[in-house]
Amino acid sequence: MSKRALIPLGIFLLLVLLLGRGLYLDPRKLDSVLIDKPVPVFDLATVNNPETRLTNKDLSKDVSMFNVWASWCVSCRQEHPILVELSRHKLVPIYGLNYKDTRKEATGWLDKLGDPYIASAFDEDGRVGIDFGVYGVPETFVVDKKGIIRYKHVGPIDPNSWKETLLPIIEKLRAEQ
Amino acid sequence: MMLRTLTIALLLGLSLGAQAGNVEPREFDSREQEENYQELIEELRCLVCMNQNIADSNAELAQDLRRETYKMVRAGKSKDEITDFMVDRYGDFVMYSPPVKSTTILLWTGPFILMFAGVFIAFRQVRKNAASHGSDELSNEEQERLRSILAEREGEEKK
Repeated sequence: MSKRALIPLGIFLLLVLLLGRGLYLDPRKLDSVLIDKPVPVFDLATVNNPETRLTNKDLSKDVSMFNVWASWCVSCRQEHPILVELSRHKLVPIYGLNYKDTRKEATGWLDKLGDPYIASAFDEDGRVGIDFGVYGVPETFVVDKKGIIRYKHVGPIDPNSWKETLLPIIEKLRAEQ
Repeated sequence: MMLRTLTIALLLGLSLGAQAGNVEPREFDSREQEENYQELIEELRCLVCMNQNIADSNAELAQDLRRETYKMVRAGKSKDEITDFMVDRYGDFVMYSPPVKSTTILLWTGPFILMFAGVFIAFRQVRKNAASHGSDELSNEEQERLRSILAEREGEEKK
């Protein structure tokens, strides 16, 4: 058998590697183009109190998480207990962006399931969500002390993602000047 | 038979109308604006139904992005400005046709490269086959084999 016959085998093995890797990638998870860019400017009323406001400046004080959620979102319900736990233990300040919801249903949801947010901005028409590149709820941004977005987590937060990805990033950002 | 043909023709005709852009009636200040809007919503990808443009998709995000596109077109923004707006927030993936950049050059040229490579290899193979079998004479290799086969048979016959 000539050595040339090994070429198709070689190409096949390469394809196996390439496609095998692809099986573990999720095409629905897009990389955020906002990484290393400042939090988009926004100024919205809060969900709980129409008189108070939440702006991008509130996200420029400490390392924080900015969580996009909605009462109609099933996956948000899934991650909610974790957020409540995190806020109970004060592990990281969590701000919310209530996306395309009604005040009544949003506040009702928080009353029933617990409110982990220092404050939640009320983004009724989703216009601020567009500025954040939101395409599916829930999404969570990790913002550093200077208000720069450093990481985006698409989909519900599970204990594994918290322990292995989010917490290390938050600790690293806290150690920064 | 005639009635059935007519019914089918009528249904097909009606469905064609449903493809033209999307449901919202839009007003424009100029023909150019209207064209820009139509082109843009066909060039922007729906990020929920990722294999549709926002013109065809019924997802809420598609409606929102159509609304934003419309607002910007009416405000006099150029197609480039609106595309930049979308790419700044959602990345290159929001463009249904990926831009030709250093990162996408392989995506665009890959199929052509593979095709030419395939044609080239096939061409070479055919040329090689033609060279050895094109003449009625046997190649050197085949002559050798023939000689050794004949020698064997001669050897057997003599036994």
